[in-house]
Amino acid sequence: MTATIDLEVREGVDRETVETVQNMGSYKYGWETEIEMDYAPKGLNEDIVRLISQKNNEPEWMLEWRLEAYRRWLTMTEPKWAMLNYPEIDYQDQFYYARPKSMEVKPKSLDEVDPKLLATYEKLGIPLKEQMILAGVEGASPSPAMDMAIAATEGRRVAVDAVFDSVSVGTTFKEELAQAGVIFCSISEAIREHPELVKKYLGSVVPQSDNFFATLNSAVFSDGSFVYVPKGVKCPMELSTYFRINAENTGQFERTLIIADKGSYVSYLEGCTAPKRDTNQLHAAVVEIVVLEDAEVKYSTVQNWFPGDEEGKGGIYNFVTKRADCREARAKVMWTQVETGSAITWKYPSCILRGDESQGEFYSIAIANNMQQADTGTKMIHLGRNTRSRIVSKGISAGKAQNTYRGLVTMHPRATNSRNYTQCDSLLIGDQCGAHTVPYIEVKNTSSRVEHEATTSKVDDDQLFYCRQRGMDEEEAVALVVNGFCREVLQALPMEFAMEAQSLVAISLEGSVG
Amino acid sequence: MLKIENLHVKLEEEDKQILKGLSLEVPAGQVHAIMGPNGSGKSTLSYVLSGRDGYEVTEGSATLDGESLLDMEPEERAAAGLFLAFQYPVEIPGVGNMTFLRTAVNAQRKARGEEELSSGDFLKLVRTKAAELQISPDMLKRPVNVGFSGGEKKRNEILQMAMLAPRMCIMDETDSGLDVDAMRLVSDGVNALRSPERSFLVITHYQRLLNHIQPDVVHIMANGRIVKSGGPELALQVEQQGYGDLLAEVG
Ligand SMILES: Nc1ncnc2c1ncn2[C@@H]1O[C@H](COP(=O)(O)OP(=O)(O)OP(=O)(O)O)[C@@H](O)[C@H]1O
Ligand SMILES: [Mg+2]
Repeated sequence: MTATIDLEVREGVDRETVETVQNMGSYKYGWETEIEMDYAPKGLNEDIVRLISQKNNEPEWMLEWRLEAYRRWLTMTEPKWAMLNYPEIDYQDQFYYARPKSMEVKPKSLDEVDPKLLATYEKLGIPLKEQMILAGVEGASPSPAMDMAIAATEGRRVAVDAVFDSVSVGTTFKEELAQAGVIFCSISEAIREHPELVKKYLGSVVPQSDNFFATLNSAVFSDGSFVYVPKGVKCPMELSTYFRINAENTGQFERTLIIADKGSYVSYLEGCTAPKRDTNQLHAAVVEIVVLEDAEVKYSTVQNWFPGDEEGKGGIYNFVTKRADCREARAKVMWTQVETGSAITWKYPSCILRGDESQGEFYSIAIANNMQQADTGTKMIHLGRNTRSRIVSKGISAGKAQNTYRGLVTMHPRATNSRNYTQCDSLLIGDQCGAHTVPYIEVKNTSSRVEHEATTSKVDDDQLFYCRQRGMDEEEAVALVVNGFCREVLQALPMEFAMEAQSLVAISLEGSVG
Repeated sequence: MLKIENLHVKLEEEDKQILKGLSLEVPAGQVHAIMGPNGSGKSTLSYVLSGRDGYEVTEGSATLDGESLLDMEPEERAAAGLFLAFQYPVEIPGVGNMTFLRTAVNAQRKARGEEELSSGDFLKLVRTKAAELQISPDMLKRPVNVGFSGGEKKRNEILQMAMLAPRMCIMDETDSGLDVDAMRLVSDGVNALRSPERSFLVITHYQRLLNHIQPDVVHIMANGRIVKSGGPELALQVEQQGYGDLLAEVG
């Protein structure tokens, strides 16, 4: 019985994709919320850093930490090694803090939150009410397969932290999570309420001085999410953060810190959207994950920032540092990402496999259409003995886009008997786009093994004709074939996200054929 | 139903004429078989009728119930009721067979302005049809044609045909590679679909299939044209004597 349900669930999921493709225009999150905002003055200097710290009511040590990062940042230069082409970013020509006026006095509960903000998330299809989430795709028509899908996910709820421009609007299910000992709140709240945890772990995975963008983030991060799962606790529900950039000309710098204590488990989802604008916007986030002995963290991202228009006007510049530290034995981390948005993507979620027998996995779908450029991949740093890592990357390029997989696998001398398996597949749609694979492999001991497989293929005309002979139009056929190409990664996503991701894959490729 | 007149087709990429004035008419409710030597253009005909890229029609016409097929997109022809069971079914990695079927069925219904099949009805239908063709639930779950045996692929084509219920079914060597039992299953499947509103164009090399699926007319195709048409006895003659005498007879 279980097997059949599973089958039908998957069927339901796939069908939604196709429906969604047909029902949607291109980027459907491109609208903006009209709301009164408080901005910090334009540009960046020590006073701005102080202002951000003050707006968040931070203790002195946090301000010092920021200032240290800021001074460091002044001495650094933007990295240029990625296969990305974009005009010089003027760091003085943007805002570093934007907060809805209504958030000046922090609402005590979601009931007190400005209805306009709540409406924004509702329109994005993000559940800010503490209820069962039913289906991931809006407008999903109720059908027996869907009912079964719902039944199968029953009891699966998702706690949400909603971040609007620079501030966290609210977090759901906090009390229930607290009963389990799980702390899930905005990072600004964690700095005030749980300073011992923040002091201990902030910057311990991605140091202040790690790289240009991470250092900038350390100086000016405004908000983000904080998670602590205590020893032996399996987090009773999935946690998620939805980032919404709304304000124009404003950089978004969130900071996420997740700590999974010994023997704990948590699955965390991250979603992002932004309005359509014809100017570029900077997004430089940092995510740090600390995984202790026998703990496991799954981190899934559906990145759907505005990618810019067909001519390459507008869109988000996405420079993100994400790193997990499997600090102790048998710690396990799994990154799954679906990167469909952004004009520029610069992102390498990494695993430091420090603990013996620790494991890191990276599953990625990166789609670049029109003028988008993506330079993304992962780093697997094997430090402990018998460590394992697995990389599955699916890159899809269409239009005039450039898509680069950049991956590093290092086996240190102490990391004996370790294994890495990398599979890196690129799919090209049309003949004006490019796919590049740049693997770096360093093995410094004799007992470890690294396997790397890479393929590049074109969307197959015979496959498309076969689909069309059966009645699908060309876009539907491409969506189906590409979803098939991505299947392994889609299946690594939590159910709700898988549905969203499938339709996103299709939407991102609109206009790529014909 | 299907009417082809003086069809001339060349390859788009090179100067090679493949169909050279082919004419053929299949009235509603009839089964016509096409036999002919390798390379005579049988598959090309089926591809041109279904709208595959790479061919250029230089002369002639092909209509389905009076509507010109040649101006339509492949998916429009499909929605109009034209189905091709491929000589070499295509593999689509990562796409579940069931998903594929469901997407196809609903795409066609949508194109015809019909209500989509509910998932319950779809599942019921697909299970019944699959059972009739002895296609296991496992095969429905697996990616389209990936790792299917030759015979399984052919049965899968017939499953698609049964699900889509087209008016005009073209079958390109569906019998090749089938074992005796599978041949019976496929033939039963086809015979169950026979109706006064539905026609078949069955491309085959073997008379054997025509024992199971009784054709109304048998055509012999050679060098891009139909050179002779007759009753089922024509297939027997080919089986016994080969094409030599037949072709010599027509010049
Ligand atoms: N794309 C192509 N490029 C070159 N030649 C082609 C192409 N397509 C068809 N042909 C040629 O056209 C002729 C007809 O091919 P077709 O596949 O239609 O034959 P067929 O009658 O189906 O043969 P068989 O019985 O072997 O299946 C052959 O000589 C074939 O080589
Ligand atoms: Mg052939």
